[in-house]
Amino acid sequence: MKKTISLILCLVFCFACFAPSALAADKVLKVATNVAFPPYEYYEDEKVVGIDVDIVQAICDKLGYEMELSDMEFGSIITAVAAGKVDVGFGAITITEERAKSVNFTTSYSTGIQSIIVKEDSPITGVEDLEAKGIKIGVQQDTTGDIYATDQFGEDHMARFNKGADAVQALITGKVNCVIIDNSPAETFVAQNKGLKILPTAYAEEAYGFELNKNATELYDEFNGALEELLKDGTVQKIIDKYISAD
Amino acid sequence: MAQAFAELKESFIFNFIEGARWKYITNGLWVTLKVTFFALLLGIVIGVVVAMVRSSYDQMKDEMKPGLGKTLMTALNALARLYLTVIRGTPVVVQLLIGYFVIFVSTTNTVFVASMVFGINSGAYITEIIRGGIMSIDHGQFEAGRSIGFTYIQTMRFIIIPQAFKNVLPSLANEFIALLKETAVCGYIGLMDLTKGGDVIRGRTFSAFMPLIAVALIYLLLVVFFSWLIGKLERRLRSSER
Repeated sequence: MKKTISLILCLVFCFACFAPSALAADKVLKVATNVAFPPYEYYEDEKVVGIDVDIVQAICDKLGYEMELSDMEFGSIITAVAAGKVDVGFGAITITEERAKSVNFTTSYSTGIQSIIVKEDSPITGVEDLEAKGIKIGVQQDTTGDIYATDQFGEDHMARFNKGADAVQALITGKVNCVIIDNSPAETFVAQNKGLKILPTAYAEEAYGFELNKNATELYDEFNGALEELLKDGTVQKIIDKYISAD
Repeated sequence: MAQAFAELKESFIFNFIEGARWKYITNGLWVTLKVTFFALLLGIVIGVVVAMVRSSYDQMKDEMKPGLGKTLMTALNALARLYLTVIRGTPVVVQLLIGYFVIFVSTTNTVFVASMVFGINSGAYITEIIRGGIMSIDHGQFEAGRSIGFTYIQTMRFIIIPQAFKNVLPSLANEFIALLKETAVCGYIGLMDLTKGGDVIRGRTFSAFMPLIAVALIYLLLVVFFSWLIGKLERRLRSSER
């Protein structure tokens, strides 16, 4: 008898743990990003903040959704969107043709450039120096920095990390010779760590978009419509200015 | 059915053939095997040495006369216990990151760092496995060895260890299999192992099924193959029993 009761209690407990997520499904927008990319998304006082997060929050407010965010590896974001695990994926994700085969991109809300970070006393002065044998390029895995650099310099030059910050750490400890990453996080990393600098020549220019599942056309129209309105009325620009001081 | 098969084939070509992406898998597999091999070697060496220290101390602490030998053994035993506590008390991913960013700062050879970290980690578990094996041998065997004139080392080498090894082989195989799969976290330090190779393909093609299933299958095949090899070895060793 006791065993039966404890078994039932266990089952009830299990259901209690998993049920809330299933019950409160109404008007929740599931979003996924990689929270390690300042100023686009990062943790501050245990909360996720940043340009992308604020824009998506503004869109959710406008459409009456509640945002439910999951923090995953950068490379898994688009896969999660394509598989329908989440509704919207973001993370300063560059719109590329390859990626557009798997997901629908919204209108671009921001642009970025890929920058090269090196140590202050580094002999590397430009992109052409990266071709030299033995040069290791640190990147965040699956970012455009990773993809472009792999295509241009080849597999032997690459050192791929799960987080941009890990790549920068590897640069500081001398494991890699340079790091290719989006300019905004690059500036944050250089500001936070002594002895690093960004090369004046940018590596590549690109446009960021949010991505939705190919089949979610209704949500796409709703979401992209709201985004375009926010772009028009200057809300997006205000959010960007809040994080990146115009200088 | 035919259509599903065609889709599968297309997905396979897209994920592995296009852009020679299968190379991520094969290169990654090679790295995984390298790291596992060196880690296992290091782990067994550490394991045997530390297990000898631990079990000898436990068996002989009461019989030893006070002096330099006893002090040395006590110190070694304390060191071994500290090693076991620290290594078994922290996750291997954390150890890997500490190894990469804090301890082996000056080396850029990631395979070396990973092998060292996994070897040191595995050594702690192998220590306990081998210690269990040594303790399982009846003390009378040890006394018999000593009474026919073997030194301590000789008794260990010719009487205790061979029997202990046979006893610990299943657990040792288990640790080896666990180690092989544990190396999947190598990606944290930017090493392109099998898992990371699959991840890179996933990041390029944005399809989850093919790369993940392929990686899982390869691990499975490796484990099945090595289990079979170890099974053979076990049978071979058992033949001396009759």
